[in-house]
Amino acid sequence: MNDMRPMERKVDTKEIKFDCRNVQVYYGDTQAIKNVDVKLEDRTVTAFIGPSGCGKSTFLRCLNRMNDTIDICRVEGNLLLDGEDIYDRRVDPVQLRAKVGMVFQKPNPFPKSIYDNIAYGPRIHGLARNKADLDDIVEKSLRRGAIWDEVKDRLDSPGTGLSGGQQQRLCIARAVATEPEVLLMDEPCSALDPIATAQVEELIDELRENFSVVIVTHSMQQAARVSQKTAFFHLGSLVEFGETGAIFTNPKDPRTESYITGRIG
Amino acid sequence: MTDASLHGAAPRKGRSIHQIDARTRRRNATEARFKACGIAAIAIGLFFLVVLAVAIIRNGTPAFTRTVVEVNFTLTQAQFDEAESQLFKTKAYSGFFNSALADQLTQQGIEVAFDEASIERLMGKVGNAIREHYTAHPGDLDAPVTFNLPTSSRVDGYFNGRVKRETLQDSRFLEATDLDLADQLKAAGIIKSEFNWPFITGADSGVDNPGGAGIGASVVGSFFMMLVVLGLSLPIGVAASIYLEEFAPQNWITDLIEVNISNLAAVPSIVFGILGLAVFIQFMHLPQSAPLVGGLVLTLMTLPTIIISTRASLKSVPPSIRDAALGVGASKMQAVFHHVLPLAMPGILTGTIIGLAQALGETAPLLLIGMVGFVARGYPDGFLDGFVEPNSAMPAQIYTWAARADQAFYDKAWGGIIILLIFLLTMNIIAIILRRRFERRW
Ligand SMILES: Nc1ncnc2c1ncn2[C@@H]1O[C@H](COP(=O)(O)OP(=O)(O)OP(=O)(O)O)[C@@H](O)[C@H]1O
Ligand SMILES: [Mg+2]
Repeated sequence: MNDMRPMERKVDTKEIKFDCRNVQVYYGDTQAIKNVDVKLEDRTVTAFIGPSGCGKSTFLRCLNRMNDTIDICRVEGNLLLDGEDIYDRRVDPVQLRAKVGMVFQKPNPFPKSIYDNIAYGPRIHGLARNKADLDDIVEKSLRRGAIWDEVKDRLDSPGTGLSGGQQQRLCIARAVATEPEVLLMDEPCSALDPIATAQVEELIDELRENFSVVIVTHSMQQAARVSQKTAFFHLGSLVEFGETGAIFTNPKDPRTESYITGRIG
Repeated sequence: MTDASLHGAAPRKGRSIHQIDARTRRRNATEARFKACGIAAIAIGLFFLVVLAVAIIRNGTPAFTRTVVEVNFTLTQAQFDEAESQLFKTKAYSGFFNSALADQLTQQGIEVAFDEASIERLMGKVGNAIREHYTAHPGDLDAPVTFNLPTSSRVDGYFNGRVKRETLQDSRFLEATDLDLADQLKAAGIIKSEFNWPFITGADSGVDNPGGAGIGASVVGSFFMMLVVLGLSLPIGVAASIYLEEFAPQNWITDLIEVNISNLAAVPSIVFGILGLAVFIQFMHLPQSAPLVGGLVLTLMTLPTIIISTRASLKSVPPSIRDAALGVGASKMQAVFHHVLPLAMPGILTGTIIGLAQALGETAPLLLIGMVGFVARGYPDGFLDGFVEPNSAMPAQIYTWAARADQAFYDKAWGGIIILLIFLLTMNIIAIILRRRFERRW
């Protein structure tokens, strides 16, 4: 588990899912993201790493326009999803978020039953034709969230009554239930034990077959284990972006090196 | 922590935790003092509450009993026709009543001397009530009927302890000898006390008849006003708060609106009253003294309360719930209505009921739009008429009674306060129950 050396991985060229050019994000007058240019590939797990407060969450939230809910937040630059600018006038953020799902840093289940937590997204998007369909989606999603066995007997009990780690897996299950094309995960494992973490990582690896996944993490090992690409942020700038293997074994920037060896952050 | 190093005192190791040091002792003393202050404050509050409750109950209970004269009475068709043919009809009926009373006393074998004048002082003009009964129910002629006729308010006060024999000055209303008569009749079981249903169900009476005054009509007036207030202020208040809290951009306009709403909550109610008079009655020509207008005025007053409490409860819903909903692709509206509003519901309902309770006890604006107590002379003819027919409301009725000269109305005012408080308590209990019910849905 503590092995820092990433496994050898086949590198094949994939389509670009997110093409971010010259992104600047401001909270009021302070700039939280400076000049970030990054291309996120389809069917790839990209890890965002960096010291606390460097803007990982901020950048992640730009990708599905969750920053719209913060009044003082302003985003500049171009963020293209499959070639379409997501900050275009014509884009309805609701439609975008159905395509780009999100798992938050703090588990935030709805104060409803476990079943309704999962069923809510499919319901509002009309993904299920009938009750049996919906039941299927709920079961499949809970299995993918690695929590089915723990909750299958109490789908009617409140989602908020689960433990922190269970809640987080419920939130992951809720996010995959709407079948997004991109899944953004903000430190999804910070509240999980090693076993649940391993399950979530397995899930992420599995999701890679259909989705692109962006994961923010403070654990170098986790980044090394699950991601193919890694982006290192520092003080709002993207310092280094590349193959995970290359970043961890042979960082080009001295800041990256000192961060992954534990000297800053 | 820094003590040891600062003062270079004995090393930490040597300090026993079984010995309480001076700093801890001071801190504990402060805490104990604060606790004592808190308990004293609560005790003072409770003391005033108890004083209030005792005063209300002691002063208010007389309004719930009334003193009646119970007489068995048979009026024949012939007597009825005879009385109807006379010039002073009610006087004839009074005569029948007096002879019936005399008969009853001799039947029971009790020697009581009375004359027509003393009976009139005791009970007012009884003839009228009897005549009204028989003209309304001609079927009761030739059959025995038991009349429970209320005594005059002074006799009522005598049995309630409000009128004292020692302080009574003979007047044309009551003489000391009448009290002897009343005592004798009471001993004979002809004068009795009973629960004062007419007080609960009746309407306001004239200034000269405190015994007949009831609060029922103004309860109905209050009820229709509350319907208006609830029907208008809840939807308007909740819609406004949701828009302001969840959708409106944060700029100087919304700030201005926010400040104004807070200020509005602090505007004295009489200002709303004069506003209602000018706008609803003089400009829009809505009927005077109508519960509809009262309800509109009270809606203006209640809105700020509801908006403030609704916004507070919307604010208290954690933002992570909104994020969660938006994150699975819900629209803002869906996030609010499916997730935020249900969580804010207990707070919204409590705020609404507190606002309604405030409105229920509001007097000043009602007086300005003509909903004074003496307007409540009867019940509305139908449900819709209830909104527009002139009526009063409980607090205005109480105010009118308290302002009347006759002491007996003072009792009625206290009794009215008990009724008002019962309604307020009920509303608060409903608020608590609703809160519990909605909170159980986490
Ligand atoms: N809502 C906000 N309003 C103002 N400033 C904010 C807001 N959210 C974040 N910031 C600022 O933006 C910067 C980046 O924050 P962000 O949350 O993106 O950091 P992070 O990399 O996710 O940190 P962590 O690893 O601790 O989660 C910080 O300096 C923070 O103070
Ligand atoms: Mg973060």
